[in-house]
Amino acid sequence: MIDLSVKLPGLDMKNPIMPASGCFGFGREYSGFYDLSKLGGVTMKAATLNARYGNPTPRVAETASGMLNAIGLQNPGVDKIIANEVPFLAQFDTAIMANIAGSTAEEYIKVAESFNETDDVHALELNISCPNVKEGGIQFGTDCGMAASITEKVKKASKHPVYVKLSPNVSNIGEMAKAVESAGADGITMINTLTGMQIHLPSKRPLIANKTGGLSGPAIKPVAVRMVYEVKQQVNIPIIGMGGISSAEDVLEFLLAGASAVAVGTANFQNPLICSEIIDDLPRVLEQYGFSSVQETIGKGIQ
Amino acid sequence: MIKKEIMQIVSSNRIALDTFEMVLKNAYISSTAQPGQFLHISLPGHTLRRPISIANVDRQAETVTAIFKILGEGTKNLSYCKAGETLDVLGPGGNGFNLENEPGSRIVLIGGGIGVPPLYYLGKQLAEKGMEIVSVLGFQNKESVFYEERFKEFGEVHIATDNGSYGTKGFVTDVVTNVGPIDRYYTVGPIPMLRAVTQKLAGVQGYISLEERMGCGIGACFACVIPLKGEEHGYKKICSDGPVFHANEVAL
Repeated sequence: MIDLSVKLPGLDMKNPIMPASGCFGFGREYSGFYDLSKLGGVTMKAATLNARYGNPTPRVAETASGMLNAIGLQNPGVDKIIANEVPFLAQFDTAIMANIAGSTAEEYIKVAESFNETDDVHALELNISCPNVKEGGIQFGTDCGMAASITEKVKKASKHPVYVKLSPNVSNIGEMAKAVESAGADGITMINTLTGMQIHLPSKRPLIANKTGGLSGPAIKPVAVRMVYEVKQQVNIPIIGMGGISSAEDVLEFLLAGASAVAVGTANFQNPLICSEIIDDLPRVLEQYGFSSVQETIGKGIQ
Repeated sequence: MIKKEIMQIVSSNRIALDTFEMVLKNAYISSTAQPGQFLHISLPGHTLRRPISIANVDRQAETVTAIFKILGEGTKNLSYCKAGETLDVLGPGGNGFNLENEPGSRIVLIGGGIGVPPLYYLGKQLAEKGMEIVSVLGFQNKESVFYEERFKEFGEVHIATDNGSYGTKGFVTDVVTNVGPIDRYYTVGPIPMLRAVTQKLAGVQGYISLEERMGCGIGACFACVIPLKGEEHGYKKICSDGPVFHANEVAL
């Protein structure tokens, strides 16, 4: 019997698989395809203080082995998420992480405080790495001092463990990780998307209305694995790894690189059943490579 | 309910310039699909699925017809798929057209280019319900025209081409005012056409169907949204709330 369970701050997971924020909405649509209780956890779509419409369309474009997106954090606002979406997800036996975003430090704090109202959310993911909004988001995630400061403030405001989602669009991701760890982060999730662009030849203009978008999918997996590998050696808090995962083999790669759990993003669009299928396949892959638990794989690839 | 299904390609034929008619067999999708719904088709080597509208359904043969135009790499690869091969499809997607009309209503179908296909299945069903159907179909040029004879099965057909190489020279909006009284219209095509049609037929009840680049195709990713008319922050998801809307529901 292969033991898939992992225990992370706030997140008691029966397996290391969770859908990534923004790729799973609030779970409703995917619940028509399989029982969400099967998931180790779910990360909800980003919550801001007030409702946000997001960017104009087109918001997505396919690329070689991946896609660009610039949704722009569209969401109904934290109060409606707590009232309507959290209770829906809470019916399922799975850990729930709320992704929080904002334009200002005050907004992040208010959103974090709002989630103190509910015990059905088990951890926060501090989104300081969204490349698709004009204010906030990534500006907090590309400067060590600002990242540490916002982490500290949210940590102080929240009763839940706080994971900080790191951007790959930085010159030294290890420094960012250390900065948020020393500011009190309970864990790190990484990586968010890489900023990219595609020019539409018929119109001779950027295809995405926002001009730039975040690159995700298998194209970014080697970047993500490399970054997890580097960060694991520089911090002592757990890492939830993500970036182009679409198979149980990909999951094992991230675990060996140092992730304690993983999030699956873009692959949900290709195959709405992907998380469920990976969970079914993971024991076989662990066994094939001589492991009897997820726990013993974590960081094993680091030399 | 939308499901992930395997569909077998029964046939695939080029029916007009860069335009293909593909017949796909699947018991679940053929038994549940409504006019206006779509197939979200996965293609090997592509990250995103391609939404293709349903042009016809044969419940006895358990087949669904999809008509698509080569507009990029994905649709080009779809055109290479041959009879006997299978496709991974999410379907039927979205909500179909409201078919409820007063008995004997005069219905006008207005389609532009690759917006024409869903109107065929719609027209067929409305005709079966005893409606009088008039079709106004617009294409770029003569080489792009398809399904004229099929639409004639259930009513009068008017064709317009942008360059006048076939039918009336001009747009569907140039034709639609000359087809007599309209009790209700259904229109599918690019947004500029939908805007022009809904303005021209402002006093008439109508339904529109939208196309947009989609991500998940099931309502989770918020890639294909459209603002609601006159409501700040209000929006609809084209894939799961639509693709069919009331003509005055969304801001085109």
